[in-house]
Amino acid sequence: MSPALVLVAVVFVLVATGVYLVLERSLTRVLVGVILMSNGINVLFLVASGAAGEPALVGSAEPARMSDPLPQAMVLTAIVITLGLTAFLLAMAYRSWQLHGHDEVQDDVEDRQVRGRAVRDETSGSYDPDDEEAPVEERSEDRRRAHASPSPRDPSPHDRAPDDGPRRAAQRREEGP
Amino acid sequence: MSGVGALAAALPHLLALGADDAPTGPQGLGLRATQGQVLEWPTLVPLPVLVPLVAAGLALALARHRRAQAAVSTVALSVVLATSVAMLLAVQDVGTLVVTVGGWPAASGISLVADQLSTLMLSVSSAVTLGVLVYSVAQGAADGDDGAPVAIFHPTYLVLSAGVSNAFLSGDLFNLYVGFEMLLAASFVLLTLGGTSARIRAGSTYVVVSIASSLVFLAAIALVYAATGTANLAQLPERLDALDDGVRLALQLALLVAFGIKAAVFPLSAWLPDSYPTAPAPVTAVFAGLLTKVGVYAIIRTQTLLFPEGRLDDLLLVVALATMVVGILGAVAQSDVKRLLSFTLVSHIGYMVFGIAVGSVAGLASAIFYVVHHITVQTTLFLVLGLVERRGGSTSMDHLGGMAKLSPLLGVLFFVPAMNLAGIPPLSGFLGKVGLIQAGVADGGVLPLVLVGGSVVTSLLTLYAVAKAWNRAFWSRPATVGREEETRSDDDEAPDAATTLSGVGEVSQRQDAVERAQGVSALATEEDDEAAAAGALTGAAVDPERTPVEMTRVPRGMVAPTAALVALGLSLTVLAGPLLRVAEDSALELDQRQPYVRAVLGQAAADRVAPTTQVGPAGGSR
Repeated sequence: MSPALVLVAVVFVLVATGVYLVLERSLTRVLVGVILMSNGINVLFLVASGAAGEPALVGSAEPARMSDPLPQAMVLTAIVITLGLTAFLLAMAYRSWQLHGHDEVQDDVEDRQVRGRAVRDETSGSYDPDDEEAPVEERSEDRRRAHASPSPRDPSPHDRAPDDGPRRAAQRREEGP
Repeated sequence: MSGVGALAAALPHLLALGADDAPTGPQGLGLRATQGQVLEWPTLVPLPVLVPLVAAGLALALARHRRAQAAVSTVALSVVLATSVAMLLAVQDVGTLVVTVGGWPAASGISLVADQLSTLMLSVSSAVTLGVLVYSVAQGAADGDDGAPVAIFHPTYLVLSAGVSNAFLSGDLFNLYVGFEMLLAASFVLLTLGGTSARIRAGSTYVVVSIASSLVFLAAIALVYAATGTANLAQLPERLDALDDGVRLALQLALLVAFGIKAAVFPLSAWLPDSYPTAPAPVTAVFAGLLTKVGVYAIIRTQTLLFPEGRLDDLLLVVALATMVVGILGAVAQSDVKRLLSFTLVSHIGYMVFGIAVGSVAGLASAIFYVVHHITVQTTLFLVLGLVERRGGSTSMDHLGGMAKLSPLLGVLFFVPAMNLAGIPPLSGFLGKVGLIQAGVADGGVLPLVLVGGSVVTSLLTLYAVAKAWNRAFWSRPATVGREEETRSDDDEAPDAATTLSGVGEVSQRQDAVERAQGVSALATEEDDEAAAAGALTGAAVDPERTPVEMTRVPRGMVAPTAALVALGLSLTVLAGPLLRVAEDSALELDQRQPYVRAVLGQAAADRVAPTTQVGPAGGSR
């Protein structure tokens, strides 16, 4: 069995474009990237099933001349799964836009705090809070992030506030168990 | 919000439909006794997948009846637990149970295979799932929050459980993929429950990484199919053995990358501590316990059954070392206990990979034992943390303090599994680590010995990390450490910090103001030594809509399942003998490869598959 070169090329282009888009920060682009990549991989299954043959219906052709139906069944399942995941990603991107006015994935707040502590050398034994000199770019970056995304609908963007109890408690009210 | 809600409501439904189709096939659930086994036992095999799925549909229909919903899920998961334990016992007697779904021949249809490893995993995971469910039902009852989007919690949780079972039982690479997708889709919904800002942010990372890993897995299946013409785990060993070495290595790497992301093995683990801590406590607990372990299970299965010659063992050893050390160093740097535990989760995956990579029967057995231990302990710790968060209002060590005085019970509940995690003798964590170290020493190579050193260091650092959490959250006076941190973040964060500081009295409804005020009130109580123990509570009391009484009282319904899981963790120590025997038996079975193939395809096919020991470079070690 020799794979069809055109199909292989299609797989290559789709997956490469998909990878490029998935590396973006905007969820919408990531979404498009995911769709392209999964389509590319679905085509890869077609390559895997070998040369095209007769439809795999009992009695319509000799079994030897039929296409392999199993990869097609797998592709169908994969398509359905991708559909569900795409819908979820789309909803998440929309929700992100609703909350922040954009759909870019932000850095984790706690991560930034830990990093900040490390930069200020706060975890070391010789740390003295009085002679603190936080590096300029760290602080300005924080501030920029904090003010980058004022949203009309949500006056308190949680993601810049430090991690704290009452917020958790407030969330718990929303989320239940 | 509504988008997420509606979709989340629809997803389990969709999934339930899709997955119901998948395992039942066109002719309904046609059971077929294979190889003259008793018909009764294989009948049980599909139940851990089917029961939660049916219950998920039912729970969705009962969305408006809280209690009925909770009852349905509890009953369903209890049935799953009973079935799993029954199967675990049955497998010891009658050998591997196989069901070819729909009556299709094993090679082209889907087979569900319950061998010792699967049933062991299944039993532990269903016990943990049930415990977490009881916990979350109690939490829901305690909060009394009607109208919250919890209507979808139960169906989604059941689908997650079905996905985990499906992954453990799958005898087919593609069905394994379907199992992964079921549990991932359900986990997406659970992680972003409520759709708050922090969760959407964490969810984005998690969802994108998970989808990427699924795509790699799917591509790997396509490649495997292209090379061998089958995705059946029993057929693959023979056909893979016949393949060219280079092709086989490529397939092995592709599968390892896919499972490595799911199992959070070091270079592919950055997503985990970023996304888990924001979820509700029960959700984090069940994720931490199960999801990564499903990845580890898949690695064990494929490494032993499909690629027994162990050409990537050295790579796996290096990766295991990096996972352990980098993970635990991350944990040491954290000030939030939830994040700390997420990092230890990553770190301890390294132990399991170590056991797999050593490749001897002893190594595999210890890895399996360690998985069982770690599922229980890690879940318990996250559940306890949920209780701590309710009681103390936070999970940050900067804000917690004096918890041991405040609630000695919580102290015990945290301390026991924490010490178990660190591997203090005689607890099961210690036994697992000793087993791994023995296996490493027995191997005698340079890398395994380095790994032995690495695992000892990791164990000590784990002890340091959890002891730090214990000291600061449970033993220290409340919020004494919090002062610097708090003023600092005020400095850093906002020019309006000054206004908040001046207006302590009037707590604004705005959330960030509330958060600052917590720090301030914690400072205020700090002056008063008598009120020291109560200090942790003050922060919680700031929350405008929750009275202090509600916050301080931890519902018994939540403590009971947590205590039960702590007891389960302890019982692993007591029952370590029988458990280790099961782990050794399953490791031996995995190492021989033939029992699996024989159970699915029959003796003739099994004879064509060489056991690991004959494929590997040296006897006993792959």
